[in-house]
Amino acid sequence: MKYMMFVCTDTEPETDLAAPDIEKWVAENDASGRRVLGNQLVSPEAATTVRVRGGELLLTDGPFAETKEVIVGFDILECADLDEAIEVARAHPMAWHGRVELRPYHGG
Amino acid sequence: MDEVFFRESFSRIAATLIRLTGDWTLAEDCAMDAIEAALRRWPRDGRPDNPGGWLMTAARNRAIDQMRRAAMADRKLRDLALLRDDEPAPEGDDRLRLIFTCCHPALAVESRVALTLRTVAGLPTPEVARLFLVSEAAMARRLSRAKGRIAQAGIPYRVPSGATLTERLPSVLAVLYLLFTRGYDGEPALEAEAIRLARLLAALMPAEPEVSALLALCLLQHSRRAARQDPAGDLITLEHQDRSRWDHAAIAEAVGLLAGRPVTGPYAIQAHIAAGHATAPDFAATDWPALAGWYDQLARVHPSPVVEVNRAVAHGYAFGPAAGLAVLAGVRDALAGYAPALAAEADLTERAGDTATAAELFRRAAAAAGSEAERRALLKRVG
Repeated sequence: MKYMMFVCTDTEPETDLAAPDIEKWVAENDASGRRVLGNQLVSPEAATTVRVRGGELLLTDGPFAETKEVIVGFDILECADLDEAIEVARAHPMAWHGRVELRPYHGG
Repeated sequence: MDEVFFRESFSRIAATLIRLTGDWTLAEDCAMDAIEAALRRWPRDGRPDNPGGWLMTAARNRAIDQMRRAAMADRKLRDLALLRDDEPAPEGDDRLRLIFTCCHPALAVESRVALTLRTVAGLPTPEVARLFLVSEAAMARRLSRAKGRIAQAGIPYRVPSGATLTERLPSVLAVLYLLFTRGYDGEPALEAEAIRLARLLAALMPAEPEVSALLALCLLQHSRRAARQDPAGDLITLEHQDRSRWDHAAIAEAVGLLAGRPVTGPYAIQAHIAAGHATAPDFAATDWPALAGWYDQLARVHPSPVVEVNRAVAHGYAFGPAAGLAVLAGVRDALAGYAPALAAEADLTERAGDTATAAELFRRAAAAAGSEAERRALLKRVG
């Protein structure tokens, strides 16, 4: 199954020295083939929100809602099931500092 | 016909068909169809020699039939050979899988409980709806959402192993204990069902001390059922219960379950506390220093203000009211206005000799009491 992993941060993250190392996480999951693709995202101030209402294009500068937790990156995972995806996510440092959300692809 | 046998059969068949097809709805429908066929035919043709095998075969044939129709409708062939079950899982494995899947921590707790009752315990949906005080339609929707989530999120149909098993087992035990306590608080059917499931889990996982401890804890609490209310329905405290009315067979079974097993978690500690009460000849002869020791241990592994109140009571009986009041002093702020904490403080204060302060505390406890019966019992103590 494919999972989209949203990597979210609290804008004032706490530091947990026991958190795993991101470079090691990427290397390991690339090597095992469970990380299909992923990248970091520029801060939400650089975001552009696109909406069409009544046929008219509306562009908004920045994130739609003000929020403490923002998506700072994503990874696409290929895992046998949710338990495997949870194991990959729990080893990601942002699960320790922020939040990681797993969303399965529609139709697996 | 034997209702328990059919419920057991339902969950055993559903568990196996889920493993073979991965389709929860198909599995449950086919299990139900097979039971309905049995109820029609067995009275006429006689009960088969191997009723469980008969039901499993009927359900599997029904599933093959359904999948064949679906394959035709989809205009694509599916591997029906899959349903041949060449390597049947050892007895119990499929049901253990079912329990762990229904209790997966990625499901909401309410869904875990409802799904366990429907699929593992085999309770019909209207019955589950009644226990949750919701309409049948609402419960059917909740169950179908939970099953949809299992499929869509990719929750595996599996008993986890190693460190993951250690992490997941508490979720399974919590669901069973939640069922039990809901039963204890007024739904006897749930109490019996929880004990039945705890027994099943203990039989399937004999090497896990916390599983048999949970069963022992449920049995010990259940053993007092006949003695804990007076004819008016008021609660009788442990001190005043007629111990001859306790279920001594259940107590003996629970004590046997605990004997010689390591104490590895909160259920074992709580079971030992319950066993301490259950095996004391009377209230005064209770081994309070031992119970105080168990409460100290419980407070370490599972700290909570409520545990502290019980710990204070045990210390009060074991080492004198001053020792109990000292424990209570540590949680007074966290539990301001909590009736059992006030009642414990009142009792300890009274036994320390300060009857005037005790009376005032009993009055405050009564004002904070959750039920009318509890309020009446506390006011009696004002004297």
